[in-house]
Amino acid sequence: MRALSKDSQQITTITPRKKFFELNFIETLRYKDLIGLFVKNSFKTRYKQMLLGPLWAVIQPLLTTIVFTVVFGNIAGLPTDGAPKFMFYMCGNVLWNYFSSTLTGASGSFSSNAYLFSKVYFPRLVAPLANVLGNMINSGIQVVIFFGFLLFYIIRGDITPDYALLWLAPLLVIQATLLASGIGLLLASVTVKYRDLTMLISFGVQLWLYATPIAYASSLVKEKLPGFFTLYMLNPMASIVEAMRKIFLGTGSISVKYLLISFAISFVLFLLGVAAFNRAEKTFTDKI
Amino acid sequence: MEKDVVLETKDLVKEYRIGQINTGTLRGDLQSFFARVFKKDDPNIKLLSDQYYDISNKTHRALDGVSITVRRGEAVGLIGANGAGKSTLLKLISRITLPTEGSLSYRGKVASLLEVGTGFNGELTGRENIYMNGAILGMSKAQIEARMEEIIAFSEIGEYIDTPVKRYSSGMFVKLAFAVAAHLDADILLMDEILAVGDVNFQDKSLKRMEEVATEEQKTVIYVSHNMTTIRRFCKRCIVLEEGKVVFDGDVEEAIEVYLQRKKRGYTNENNVSELPRRYCPNRLMRKVSFTACKLLCGEDCLVKDKSDFGMEFHFSAKETIAGAKLKVTFCDATEQPVASAISEAFDIHEGENRMQVSADISSLQQGAYSITGSLMQVSSFDIFSYYDNVEQMGFFDIDPEQSGLLWAGRIWGRNKLPPLRIVGGESSE
Repeated sequence: MRALSKDSQQITTITPRKKFFELNFIETLRYKDLIGLFVKNSFKTRYKQMLLGPLWAVIQPLLTTIVFTVVFGNIAGLPTDGAPKFMFYMCGNVLWNYFSSTLTGASGSFSSNAYLFSKVYFPRLVAPLANVLGNMINSGIQVVIFFGFLLFYIIRGDITPDYALLWLAPLLVIQATLLASGIGLLLASVTVKYRDLTMLISFGVQLWLYATPIAYASSLVKEKLPGFFTLYMLNPMASIVEAMRKIFLGTGSISVKYLLISFAISFVLFLLGVAAFNRAEKTFTDKI
Repeated sequence: MEKDVVLETKDLVKEYRIGQINTGTLRGDLQSFFARVFKKDDPNIKLLSDQYYDISNKTHRALDGVSITVRRGEAVGLIGANGAGKSTLLKLISRITLPTEGSLSYRGKVASLLEVGTGFNGELTGRENIYMNGAILGMSKAQIEARMEEIIAFSEIGEYIDTPVKRYSSGMFVKLAFAVAAHLDADILLMDEILAVGDVNFQDKSLKRMEEVATEEQKTVIYVSHNMTTIRRFCKRCIVLEEGKVVFDGDVEEAIEVYLQRKKRGYTNENNVSELPRRYCPNRLMRKVSFTACKLLCGEDCLVKDKSDFGMEFHFSAKETIAGAKLKVTFCDATEQPVASAISEAFDIHEGENRMQVSADISSLQQGAYSITGSLMQVSSFDIFSYYDNVEQMGFFDIDPEQSGLLWAGRIWGRNKLPPLRIVGGESSE
């Protein structure tokens, strides 16, 4: 007879849940190996039986950046606040890519794991957490490429980053993560009941891209549509992208006011998202 | 909770809403919402009460106040008719869904095998899937590694362990899934009919392994099955569920007896079957035809006297006239295993109420309790069946032992007695 471990003595009690907001972070962390495997396996399955494999993570943003540079930079001739066009678009694209894939991934937390969720229990937050980590790694590769180009431009003397603000960059990434997961989780919870909203997600993210200074600089909005500028800057992603460009490319400006508003919106949406996710999670298997 | 109690449920209730929960689209729900606010007619009510939908705010109690206590090392069987709440109970214990009322406590970890290959990802190799399954249980990598060799050996997968499981045969898949579940570090194992998989040798091995898990490793097993043979062999205690309530909890043989009697209770030779659940009937062809009643022409005691001419009468109502339908009657034994079927010749169903009398020659069936499953179906020219309706356990009857001859050992020999063997040749040496 084997000795009983401490785990075997731990009592779990399940009752109909009533709490509105409950974050089982401690329980979720106990499943850190599972999170790791989720991330690893999603990479494995994504790049299995593929010709170029993980190279796609690099090719995609590079091609998008080139297209943006040609279409918006050269053909349309949009100003880039004095930054080299290629770097201007690459900075926006890498950030947007991370944001949109995290959002879309989180919004599929239920639908892409429906089978697993209906068969076994594990803290459901594992799925969106693994999604965030996976996208971080994916975007990490892109960031390395970005830094490579950045170094080249710095050495050539075309770009002077705002080194004093460098500490802000990781905070901005966290903020974008909170925002993307928050909205993603909200959407995930709503789509459990209303399937038709899944249509809106990819479409909505695409439209959102144009409401964010990715293909152009926000100064252009201020110049052409001054009446709409405040409304425009209420888009939390706008401040994040602008601040990121200021830090790494040294162009544009950071508005502390809008950045704080943006952070507040992101944080509130994140809390709402987690609360909605918890609510949806408890009845999910009865609804699909 | 007492120290050796591993699972305890108190007045567990699980309610499901019957019918469609909402209109399914945001637009529809908003319409309904505003209609309610402005006290207008809900435009969706009419749509949904259409004959193909069934909207009602009725609820169904899948579990209705279940209180059970299970101690460490027990192997508990869970039996009951379809819809009695067995799987719902397992789902609650495995935390897939939450109870509506009541509470449930357990010690340690629960592993569920509600379906074979739970959590298996086809793209991953067998080995990777073992890690994945262990991690889902909350085990660390090191803990899984410690049992890896044991699992691979038990699964008989051998060198294919590093091949993606999508290339496995279904047998290999099932073997690996069972091996993983039976060796992972769970304190409570939930199994739903899992032992009905794999080849005979593997089934035997699985049963032995489960016995070992319960006795030597002091784990608790809760086993749901319709197969009374495995329940008998494996469980020391058995719980009978009926309509979401525990009706018996104790000795296995007694439990099986209770279950079989319960099933028959309330049935006479004439039964209304319109409300019985329909299974294995996914394309009910728009509910064109439904059985309403079944009458066994054998007297109130449901004891069959003349096996060569067993009469049955079926009533069914049809929404339209259908040509060339066939009636199939399947006879099932007490453990709900089908033992024989008879199919009628083609006939026409007329719109409205239909009544039909048939006679079957069931001479080969031996003593015991039987139930019948009736199906109305259409057989296409490609010999493909499509069912109009399919109702299990429409009626129950008993067959007494034959007056002369051997006492038939149905559990070992099967339920059918074929005509006597003819000796057609052979020789003996002197």
